[in-house]
Amino acid sequence: MEVNSAATETHTSSDEFVNKQLKLSIYRYNPEFDKAPYMQDYEIDTVELHGVMLLDVLEALKVHDPSLTFRRSCSEGVCGSDGMNINGQNGLACITSYLDLESRKIVLRPLPGLPVIRDLVVDMSQFYKQYEKAQPYLQNNEPTPEKERLQTIEERKKLDGLYECILCACCTTSCPSFWWNPDLFLGPAALLWAYRFVVDSRDTEKKERLAQLEDPFSLFRCRGIMNCVSVCPKKLNPTKAIGHLRKEVLAKGL
Amino acid sequence: MVGKNLSLTQSGVRDWLIQRITAVILALYLTFIVVFLALHSPLTYTAWSAFFGITAVRIFTCLALLSVVYHTWVGMWTIFTDYLKCPVSRTFFQVATILALLSNLVWGILIIIGR
Repeated sequence: MEVNSAATETHTSSDEFVNKQLKLSIYRYNPEFDKAPYMQDYEIDTVELHGVMLLDVLEALKVHDPSLTFRRSCSEGVCGSDGMNINGQNGLACITSYLDLESRKIVLRPLPGLPVIRDLVVDMSQFYKQYEKAQPYLQNNEPTPEKERLQTIEERKKLDGLYECILCACCTTSCPSFWWNPDLFLGPAALLWAYRFVVDSRDTEKKERLAQLEDPFSLFRCRGIMNCVSVCPKKLNPTKAIGHLRKEVLAKGL
Repeated sequence: MVGKNLSLTQSGVRDWLIQRITAVILALYLTFIVVFLALHSPLTYTAWSAFFGITAVRIFTCLALLSVVYHTWVGMWTIFTDYLKCPVSRTFFQVATILALLSNLVWGILIIIGR
């Protein structure tokens, strides 16, 4: 994961962008120099771009304004680094085409609900803390087999739609339950991962995993509004996984 | 930090289950009352009084009242722990809601048993 930043200057005028083909309004905040966040307008000629994705736009803008800060890495929707709020909806800049955005001005803000480090870069510590609570690793207290722990095709199929999560935090930061209780509610991404290991036939700690989700917040604070499903760039369904987890906890309780 | 204090059962799964069971009871009771009103239109005091004189109706009404208390409390507790971050105001509104719900329960039961 790479953080693009330039410490030398904070505000670079965007007046030099005279061609008004693509208009953007981008959240700017550098705690070292700015008292409060503000929105900065940019205009850029699409001829300058090397592609049609928003990440290409940001890269081109950064050439003119090196102080503009955002995360990026793979640029093809695999690493999950460039999650941001695009016209009010979370998504990945690298796989969102500006051609698909209907608004006349593209508004980019950092992912909501997490502290802003600078511009479009957020502090994801709380997100990772909740991910850690889900214990996202296989636990098996049976003797280690000679070769490997085999699964049937059916058992392996249960992991589809779960293991593909790239931890971009688009879902969790679009969830009001996480905004209000980020320290108590695990959030859709962590719960998706929790279910990924609960349903894994090779994991022997299912009972303990479910016991940790019984309190009123960790799992049950989800109100099922499905923001997470709407924004997931990998088209996963955390709400469905949460529903399955609830059934498992309920079955265990009964 | 928001705690589990004043949660109905201190358990997410039990609160969740209670909210759903009470919702079913309330839906059935509402349907029951609407059907009664539809069948006895225009409603007279005699019919209304006779209806609530039936023991089963009284029990069902008490059950519905209890469901209102439980259902409302789980919902309100969720709202309070989401939106009220100041412990003093959160506790104040929680206690006020508990008192209001219990008062309504007692008042409703007194009406049903005819005192």
